[in-house]
Amino acid sequence: MKKGISRRNFLKATGIIGAAAASPLSLVEFSWGKGSEENFTVAHISDSHLTFINGNEFVRNFDKGLKRAVTEVNFMRPKPDFVIFGGDLAQLGKREEIDHGLEIMSKLRYPIRWVIGEHDYYLDLGKYWEEKVSKLHYSFDHKGVHFIVLNSILTYDDWMFNKWKSPEERMSQMARLDNPQGSPFMVKDKQIAWMKEDLSKVSKDTPVVVLSHSPLYKIFKPWNFWTEDAEKVQAVLKPFKKVTVLHGHVHQILYNQIGNITFQAMMSTAWPWPYPVSYAQAKNAVPKLTVFMNRAAPHSERDATGWSMININNGRVINDFRLWENTNRTLKYDEKLGYPVDEKYQNPENRIPPQEHY
Amino acid sequence: MIKTFKFTILTLITFALFASPAISDEFTKKDLERWQAEFMTAVKQGEKLFHSSLGRNTVSCDMCHPNATNTHPETYPKFQKQLGKVVGLREMINWCIINPLEGDALKMDDPRMIALEAYITYERRGVKLDPGKH
Ligand SMILES: [Fe+2]
Ligand SMILES: [Fe+2]
Repeated sequence: MKKGISRRNFLKATGIIGAAAASPLSLVEFSWGKGSEENFTVAHISDSHLTFINGNEFVRNFDKGLKRAVTEVNFMRPKPDFVIFGGDLAQLGKREEIDHGLEIMSKLRYPIRWVIGEHDYYLDLGKYWEEKVSKLHYSFDHKGVHFIVLNSILTYDDWMFNKWKSPEERMSQMARLDNPQGSPFMVKDKQIAWMKEDLSKVSKDTPVVVLSHSPLYKIFKPWNFWTEDAEKVQAVLKPFKKVTVLHGHVHQILYNQIGNITFQAMMSTAWPWPYPVSYAQAKNAVPKLTVFMNRAAPHSERDATGWSMININNGRVINDFRLWENTNRTLKYDEKLGYPVDEKYQNPENRIPPQEHY
Repeated sequence: MIKTFKFTILTLITFALFASPAISDEFTKKDLERWQAEFMTAVKQGEKLFHSSLGRNTVSCDMCHPNATNTHPETYPKFQKQLGKVVGLREMINWCIINPLEGDALKMDDPRMIALEAYITYERRGVKLDPGKH
């Protein structure tokens, strides 16, 4: 909004803001900033973990989560330009699960940008996903913002190719979050080189949004809240003025700021995960900045689950969590502070008892 | 009554004075090792159960509780809203087996129940007791 006149100011100046505000569409959708960089809205759905039982039976609870998100996104206002799916559509990478997921997601009225998760990948190393769903890494531009989609859940070759007797065994080993025999997520040099090359054509003041499944920083290795080569990825993003990483995998509200990069996690539609601070036997690096989600109460299936409405405003993300059994939360980048803050709870005085995890 | 009691005490003291060191309240390092090994066997078995399907829908405990986190064994017995009363940890284990796992409750003294309890509490070792906490 530095240069040029925003639509909002224009409306104000011409005295028709009242009429615009009365329209059901939010003003956010209409205003735009400098150059070709417009403001827009997208939806983010993640970690549905659809689980095949047998025949045509799937775990009912997880189906319900994804279906509910799809219905709500179809009704959301302002309408999203597109929908991001953050990975872990399936539970064990089975064709039945991916097909089932595609069927539920096909009810969305908007285009989908797909990110792959480890639960989608480790059965056939992304073969079926690439055939039926999407490329594993790619980039695109939308209204002045450059998006990079990464396959951030790769790992060491030896673990991937030599360690396990069968693809099924490899998948079930990777599916276990607290697996002592697990292996850390990686983007790997080849993809990092691609990213570098891709970004070499992008001006440094273009806002960049990176979509990944794993957090592109290091929080807790035992549960793979972790990307092994995160520093290398961060280094490639360093020259850019506005960078946001939106990721899945952690099934919780989690946000951080490292240098110029803002990191935000998305909720799962299936189930919440505890914060690593709740594991008494290992050290963690959960960001101090994060105000925790309300502790899950297991008597409600949809507690601590949901999806996100993402407003991209002057290249920064405003994240409106749509939480099904909890008070909605909004995370907004604070230009003065230089990091994202929770609109209501960032001030410690406003926090409530369920946000204390132990 | 008092006489009988006195007599018992006397007998015990006499017994303690002359008995060999192998009486029941003494144990050796070897005993300790064996007991620890027995306990760890239960923990290992519990870990396996915790990561396997105990109901009918393939869902397992660890999917919501990696390393048994957010089970808070140190806070039981406590009031559980969904059961409407103060319950012990085993009743909550069964609640999870019946609801998210869509299975049948285990008996309170089922060896699998004991193993699950052993694993859950072992993962929480060192945390101070805090019964009733939410
Ligand atoms: Fe996930
Ligand atoms: Fe994941």
